Amino acid sequence: MTESSSHHDSSSDQAAWQKSLDLPSERGASRLIMEELLDRLGEHGWASADIFSIHLAAEEAIVNAIVHGNKLDIDKKVHVECFVSPTVARIEITDEGDGFNPKDVPDCTQDDRLEVPNGRGVMLIHNFMTRVEYNEKGNRVLLEKVRDT
Amino acid sequence: MAQYRRIGVTQNNDVAIVSFNDKKILDEASIQELGAELFGLVEQQKMGDILLNFTNVEFLSSAALGKLITLDRKVKASKGRMKMCNIRPEIFEVFQITKLNKVFDIRKDETEAMTAFG
Repeated sequence: MTESSSHHDSSSDQAAWQKSLDLPSERGASRLIMEELLDRLGEHGWASADIFSIHLAAEEAIVNAIVHGNKLDIDKKVHVECFVSPTVARIEITDEGDGFNPKDVPDCTQDDRLEVPNGRGVMLIHNFMTRVEYNEKGNRVLLEKVRDT
Repeated sequence: MAQYRRIGVTQNNDVAIVSFNDKKILDEASIQELGAELFGLVEQQKMGDILLNFTNVEFLSSAALGKLITLDRKVKASKGRMKMCNIRPEIFEVFQITKLNKVFDIRKDETEAMTAFG
């Protein structure tokens, strides 16, 4: 695992936190970043409901990258970049898979799919974050939450 | 009575009241185990009515939602009833976004749920 972490001065009262690291493509690897991310959100004054939203979105996106992107291939990494300030939280997740088209994920809220057990992660990510962007290939997702003022 | 690691089970009349041992239900292996224990209530213990009490649960992932959906289907298939209660607002929002609040019978607390079982 490679990682780098830094605090840098910004115009706000509190320095933003940044960290980038590579996660192994194995189940449960999100814990290598999640606890610190949640701690930093708390330190930067984010409300517990927002922390819940960011936690859920980041967890779902990292699991998707590990399981669907890298297909649990131990030779592939999931690269995660985090940025947390008092007003913005941003998490960029890149896998080494072939990518996917988010439009191909069926709408889990349609009546005929309501009781299908899987396929809810992407919808939750979009609902809980302010901005969600994929690269053209579909192997990188940017999650951004802007704090309500 | 079966041994459980992920849940606690008590019985009130003919209703199995289930509590969750994990505050955060997100680890893949734990979710598999949780699913097996929940499904066992229907398939081995032959419990008809099940009440899931979420008092202890602070976080759950979409994989955990999948287990709840499958459990609900198993309960309905065996002509039982499943209800949920004590769900905190953040998790209720997850159910609303995914429209699972239309699939699941969600009640405020145990008293209200038990009254609904009748």
